[in-house]
Amino acid sequence: MTELLITGARPYGEGDPVDVLVADGVIAEIGERGALRAPSSAEVLDAAGQVLLPGLVDLHTHLREPGREDTETIESGSRAAALGGYTAVFAMANTDPVADNALVTGHVLRRGREAGLVDVHPVGAVTVGLAGERLAEMGTMATGEAGVRIFSDDGKCVADPLLMRRALEYSTSLGVVIAQHAEEPRLTGGAQAHEGERASRLGYVGWPASAEESIVARDCVLARHAGARLHVCHVSTTGTVDVLSWAKGLGVDVSAEVTPHHLLLTDERLETYDPVNKVNPPLRAEPDIERLRQALADGVLDCVATDHAPHAEQDKSCEWDAARPGMLGLQTALSIVADTMVRTGLLDWRGVARVMSERPAEIAGLSDQGRPLAEGEPANLVLVDPDAEWTVRGAELASIAGNTPYDGMRLPAVVTATLLRGRLTAREGKID
Amino acid sequence: MRDLLTTDGLGHDEATAILDTADELKRTLLGREVRKLPTLRGRTVITMFYENSTRTRVSFEIAGKWMSADVINVSAGGSSVGKGESLRDTALTLSAAGADCVIVRHPASGAPHRLSGWLAETRTSVVNAGDGMHEHPTQALLDAATLRERLGSIEGRRIAIVGDVLHSRVARSNVHLLATLGAEVVLVAPPTLLPHGVEQWPVTTAYDLDSQLPGIDAVMMLRVQAERMRGGFFPSAREYSIAYGLNEKRLAMLPDHAVVLHPGPMLRGMEIASPVADSPRAAITEQVSNGVHVRMAVLYHLLAGEEL
Repeated sequence: MTELLITGARPYGEGDPVDVLVADGVIAEIGERGALRAPSSAEVLDAAGQVLLPGLVDLHTHLREPGREDTETIESGSRAAALGGYTAVFAMANTDPVADNALVTGHVLRRGREAGLVDVHPVGAVTVGLAGERLAEMGTMATGEAGVRIFSDDGKCVADPLLMRRALEYSTSLGVVIAQHAEEPRLTGGAQAHEGERASRLGYVGWPASAEESIVARDCVLARHAGARLHVCHVSTTGTVDVLSWAKGLGVDVSAEVTPHHLLLTDERLETYDPVNKVNPPLRAEPDIERLRQALADGVLDCVATDHAPHAEQDKSCEWDAARPGMLGLQTALSIVADTMVRTGLLDWRGVARVMSERPAEIAGLSDQGRPLAEGEPANLVLVDPDAEWTVRGAELASIAGNTPYDGMRLPAVVTATLLRGRLTAREGKID
Repeated sequence: MRDLLTTDGLGHDEATAILDTADELKRTLLGREVRKLPTLRGRTVITMFYENSTRTRVSFEIAGKWMSADVINVSAGGSSVGKGESLRDTALTLSAAGADCVIVRHPASGAPHRLSGWLAETRTSVVNAGDGMHEHPTQALLDAATLRERLGSIEGRRIAIVGDVLHSRVARSNVHLLATLGAEVVLVAPPTLLPHGVEQWPVTTAYDLDSQLPGIDAVMMLRVQAERMRGGFFPSAREYSIAYGLNEKRLAMLPDHAVVLHPGPMLRGMEIASPVADSPRAAITEQVSNGVHVRMAVLYHLLAGEEL
């Protein structure tokens, strides 16, 4: 295997720049600048003082294959992931057909390996067809080729409390985690936007915070009762942070993610009626984003997950109510975190490594991701220029769809290289 | 003015100019045998109604025809819309076919805003004829015209809007316009029918109608839609009617000069008692006739500009 010498990188953005020798897919050696003896055949990557982090891990992406290959494929989504600094992504189960059986999860795994740019781990559905009626064959998916570790009906809530109880109980025998899309459907019938003054004035049917909070509270209680692990997808409200604090204080085995868009954007975007801003759960109010940022810094929220959701132009270029919810996220996540958490002083780069790599890998039980930057560890790495800025252009992103709410925005932090087991997958904004 | 999408942000002078034009048009047409002005001859106005409506569509159609515009009605059922064509494609098609103005009613809030954006590079104006729970600006303008006519002025008047404020586009448009024109607005409804965040609107709110009536210059009753009655927003039509229905006893509690408005269609006996609707205090038929003049004024300001 070829060797790669990264010169002048700053692990976690700390201390003096060092050289990192990558060989055979692992970090072979870390030493002072110029101290390492690399073979003459080694490729050299001049990091010029940039920040070196463990490769990012996304617990929540929609790669749309099988079913909506007109908006994203596992291959195109893998490109977006690599360009965004990711070395592992979890592909949600709401494909067509649904990933509610080992045939589909195996297919997704293989397609990810064929693309070879990022580890694609399929998420299995909790219920057959995401219908919320009976459990999917979680055991077969967990022990099958894909070794599914996370189960979720994301896009839909496992709303039936009895079914959720059974799913949590059953999951304990498999050592897997149930990831809940927390939305009480009886409280969100026809809902289009965060229930607040803006939605009221602009005539959107409100999506109340209590619809999320009541399910999170219920599920924390159920998880405690079952002795099971629970992961809460895309936390969006102040009240959910309160509930999670309470549950964690009681020792409930619960983890939670927040999306970049819920850290940055507010329901102010509703004024435009442009459905590029439509997402579920909806963009919330200013006090919510402040609280979410603080909770991510404090660890009440464990990690950042993108909820990357490509949609076709015609599904966004329409009236708001008819549009599909969701937005691209893989290539902008790190920059949004840099903007909302690093620039604000809430997290340093070691903290970014924690919330975007280490904790998500831990939650998913990945042994080769989110590892320390140390000799002998797998070389799943990302190099970030923290001082550079870039302008987001939806059409230039690697996803087939272009539905980014950040179009035209200037964002800090540029991913300059991504390494998957020692191999460059992305470099200077291009797939290597 | 290029489009009329909302009364939120419609300035005092702009709104007053529309109302003045409506008055002028009304005077001009009064007693004429042939109610036809040449003002919009050669202009094409298309109504696109994605929701059933009789009064609003007919009102716009008459307004256009009395100003000699060519008015074409497109309804969702009998066109390519019914075949699944997108709103954007329909709008671009109608614009390319020569529409100077599209008047749209749509169940989705913000649909006219989207149309306005898609048609920004064309010469087609957009008028919002009611979008979802958002706004119905010409209704608020015709209500204002009626209030001016009956009360002489709007500034400083106290106006109650009663009923299903939560789902009402009429209420939202009236809140903005009445605030701009200097009225005091009180929204009267049960808590389940008041919007979240209403405390940030330029209004006061009350749950009890009776205590409000003695100080009111005008009361606007809102329509209660049948599906709301089944939706658990209040226990029963009977209880709603007891608490919020405008009956003769309540009419007597209003000051003598106070006027009763209703955007229609009315649910007689439920939200408004028949004798109240038919009393001289009610301005409901005037609202309808003022609607035509206000819509003529809107089309005039959008399409004819300053050259009357």
